[in-house]
Amino acid sequence: MNYVIIGNSAAAIGAVEGIRQVDRQGRITIISDEPYHTYSRPLISYWLAGKVAEDRMVYRDRNFYENNNVNPLLGVKAEKIDFEGKKVILAGGADAPYDKLLIATGGKPIVPPLEGLNKQGVFSFLKFDDVKEIKKAVSAGSKKAVIIGAGLIGLKAAEALVKIGVEVTVVELANRVLPAILDEQAAAMVQDYLGKYGMKFKLNNTVARVLGDSAVTGVVLQDGTEIPCEMLVVAIGVQPNTDLVKDTDIRVNRGIVVNEKMETSIPNVYAAGDVAEGFDIVYGASRVLPLLPNAYQQGEAAGRNMAGAETAFAGGLAMNAIGFGDLPMLTAGIIKPDSEEYEVLAKAEPETASYRKVVLRDGCIVGYICLNRVDRAGIMTGLLKDKIDVTPFKDRLLSYDFGYVDFPEEFRKSRLSGGVA
Amino acid sequence: MKRVYAREEVCAGCKLCEVHCIVAHSEYPKDIVKAFKKGIRPVARVIVEENRPVSFALQCRHCDDAPCTKACITGAMHRDPETGVVVNEEERCVGCWTCILACPFGAIKRDETGRKVASKCDLCSKNDGVPACVAHCPNEALVFEERN
Amino acid sequence: MSLDYTTPQFIIERNRDRCIDCRVCVNQCANEAHIYDEEEGRVVSDDSRCVDCHRCVVLCPTRALSVRKYPLEYKEHGTWTARDINAIYKQAATGGILLTGMGTDRNYRIYWDHLLLNASQVTNPSIDPLREPMELKTFLGRKPESLVIENGRLAEKLPPQLELEVPVMFSAMSFGSISLNAHKSLARAAEEMGTYFNTGEGGLHRELYRYGQNTIVQVASGRFGVHQDYLNAGAAIEIKIGQGAKPGIGGHLPGEKVGTEVSLTRMIPRGSDAISPAPHHDIYSIEDLRQLIFSLKEATNYEKPVSVKIAAVHNVAAIASGIARAGADIIAIDGFRAGTGATPLRTRDNVGIPIELALAAVDSRLREEGIRNQVSLVIGGTIRNSADIVKAIALGADAVYIGTSALIALGCHMCQQCFTGKCNWGIATQDPNLVKRLNPDIGARRAANLLRAWAHEIKELLGGMGINALESLRGNRLMLRGINLTTKELEILGVKHAGE
Repeated sequence: MNYVIIGNSAAAIGAVEGIRQVDRQGRITIISDEPYHTYSRPLISYWLAGKVAEDRMVYRDRNFYENNNVNPLLGVKAEKIDFEGKKVILAGGADAPYDKLLIATGGKPIVPPLEGLNKQGVFSFLKFDDVKEIKKAVSAGSKKAVIIGAGLIGLKAAEALVKIGVEVTVVELANRVLPAILDEQAAAMVQDYLGKYGMKFKLNNTVARVLGDSAVTGVVLQDGTEIPCEMLVVAIGVQPNTDLVKDTDIRVNRGIVVNEKMETSIPNVYAAGDVAEGFDIVYGASRVLPLLPNAYQQGEAAGRNMAGAETAFAGGLAMNAIGFGDLPMLTAGIIKPDSEEYEVLAKAEPETASYRKVVLRDGCIVGYICLNRVDRAGIMTGLLKDKIDVTPFKDRLLSYDFGYVDFPEEFRKSRLSGGVA
Repeated sequence: MKRVYAREEVCAGCKLCEVHCIVAHSEYPKDIVKAFKKGIRPVARVIVEENRPVSFALQCRHCDDAPCTKACITGAMHRDPETGVVVNEEERCVGCWTCILACPFGAIKRDETGRKVASKCDLCSKNDGVPACVAHCPNEALVFEERN
Repeated sequence: MSLDYTTPQFIIERNRDRCIDCRVCVNQCANEAHIYDEEEGRVVSDDSRCVDCHRCVVLCPTRALSVRKYPLEYKEHGTWTARDINAIYKQAATGGILLTGMGTDRNYRIYWDHLLLNASQVTNPSIDPLREPMELKTFLGRKPESLVIENGRLAEKLPPQLELEVPVMFSAMSFGSISLNAHKSLARAAEEMGTYFNTGEGGLHRELYRYGQNTIVQVASGRFGVHQDYLNAGAAIEIKIGQGAKPGIGGHLPGEKVGTEVSLTRMIPRGSDAISPAPHHDIYSIEDLRQLIFSLKEATNYEKPVSVKIAAVHNVAAIASGIARAGADIIAIDGFRAGTGATPLRTRDNVGIPIELALAAVDSRLREEGIRNQVSLVIGGTIRNSADIVKAIALGADAVYIGTSALIALGCHMCQQCFTGKCNWGIATQDPNLVKRLNPDIGARRAANLLRAWAHEIKELLGGMGINALESLRGNRLMLRGINLTTKELEILGVKHAGE
């Protein structure tokens, strides 16, 4: 069996491990245009901040490929896929024939319709090379940065830049920071914290113009404010990187469409990770969920199926762990419901930047926010995933020491003593 | 594989499991007084949940299909292929807490005693034999055994 | 609030070099003698709350704790001891009777310690129990006047008997006075060792019916938990007339100990006081007792021996004779040092007579009257070790009951606070926080181990005397000699002085 995986990040590694759970023999080829041993994308901000050295960026041990009998083609771009001939055409003309193919090309930055983004000093914040470029610019003397987007990527970029002495202004179109994972109340506490940390914010606003000739010298915001800067980081978000399958027969919606076995519309071709549309258990429909745990699990499921062990991807959900300084936050699912069918429990302690909010639908948890006091939040993730009716212990959900002791005895015992997840 | 199971009906709530977990993972695993009084005292990797009269110790279940290992952004949290024990390679952990987000048992703790890493039961795999919490439970309320 | 004049009884010593402030002592002390001071970040103690139960000392992982007698001296006085003075302080404050638990702690003479056993030398050689068979089996129940044997078999059916592999049973301790886990421990140990445990007068919890073959069900003056199924569940029935720790008075289980399970088992409303009257209100004579004995036999189809338990009191020999004649199969006699969960202090310490003297007197009397075969004698009240048992058998007992020893095997540290319901060892309590501290797996193992150990020792002592069956020692007072006893004491005990 000849497995080819395009991509070298979480979904790809999940696929290798999935395949190897079933098939120790088959030949696996990994193709990636990045020249690095598999590394953790979320660690790029840690690297930039100097918290993690380059050799600790690896997502798996240095001997991972060897141990798993993988042939890595790193720094090699896959140009095209010949679905008929079952081979991947590589840059330079060589090809990699496959019996089973996984497309795990990940995401690419969303680029706003803005002129001047080709100027020197404009960066994305997605790949190792992106932060290497940024570091170079900072070393060369850049002192001021504007970041477009106060989402996860934008704020992690901002945190790292502040850490290395750059003055940062974050511009966000929404009315709050982290709009995808926090509601107004939590966002206000986080913004307050980040403000003390040294970040400036421009909310309900965006960049209208980029100033400078060949290099960025500043930006003009929608409201006319002008902010001088030498760096502009575009961190609006990511979109599926479907370039490779453009103009092919493969079915693409926002991302590549897959079934629960992670099969695409083309036989023997699978897709996983940020490029694919997997099932979201909270929304009850398929959608792109560009998150590492989700990518790994899709990849693993794809790998197992490629190797012949029928495995359904159990479905993912939006969940994020993020922290700034000593302020952590964990969120999952629907955090800002927009209709009457949801019940919301919440408690806030602004003085300690602590906040807990749980969103219920039909007695089941469908989302939550834990800010600062995050210990054991995963219990709620478990209840959410398993669609457990939490009515019997609903009044305990907001308690910081909420735990298994609050479950009805039978339920607790079956979870703790019986089968292990 | 063998795992630790609690028998809550005979848990005395003494929390000696926490004490001995701390000792076993301290710089002085053989000297309880020094373990507490010298150097950095680690957090207990076992959690005693209590709502009197109910109490029980809870630690990592070492899930076959461990969600923490799949969620880990650095690859630090992994399942030892030989022993099946889910361990966190603390040198690679950056304390992002995605594992805490993923663990349905709430069995992973934040250890911020001088560093910032996820801390969880390793079944005392650095030691040999029975985990410290089980060995020191005065009422046999923790058992280390294979179950299906 | 006025002064209550009392002073702490104990002092808690905490070795600060070893204390790690782990708070195990804090969370284990039901009396709240250890407190965590949040502000100071350390554990401190309140000596006045300490009852010297040793729970903290045993659980302290660094051995940082010790408890001593409070080092307070009362001015020396030949009559007025601290004990007397403090009792008055307490009663002056409360106006109530003084309650206590376990058996008397006064220094009364323990006759076991004045009796010595014989051993074989040269003639009638001693026996090595590891090499030769040694029989401890004991049958309790009425024995016929004579045996009719035809073709090598008994021609007539024997009256019902209890069959004991070791001559030791767990004495009556009710579910209510002790915890369900304590009951479970004893029931399982009895089953494992081939002996019996006694329900006491609190009924038999439904989970324990499966140990019925190793259970003696008690019927007492309150009739708590007594019904047809209960009577038939046990291997024998015991009518409790009195108990050694409180002869002449009834029992009182306070309502706070009557939770759901105790309530269901005793068949009384939850939270209500369970008060056993001092007498059985249907027994005012030996004839009345006979009626109850036969009612119970009737109810159980004459298939179970019926025991009658009394406290050892002045006329114990005559009373025992009456009981035998009333149709009892077993007489259980409880000495005045016997334990209890709760008793008025003055009764415990002043009423009744020592079990050794009572046993000797009863055995002698029944022999004299020629009715010794009609009943088996079981005695209890300070059986502390296997030697006490061997001496009791030689004095005439068929078997012994152990209560306090059994509880000590389960972890009791003899703090004598059973009546407070705050037993830190999970034994004499119904508080679910405390009950679960006694793991019945461990309890059963330890109680069984105690019997196993004692059985070994009994065999050793028997072997030393050249006896290979306990039966041959029974009532064999020649195997005993007294020391430091008066002529009168020797006469009652029916033993010669050492050297004779």
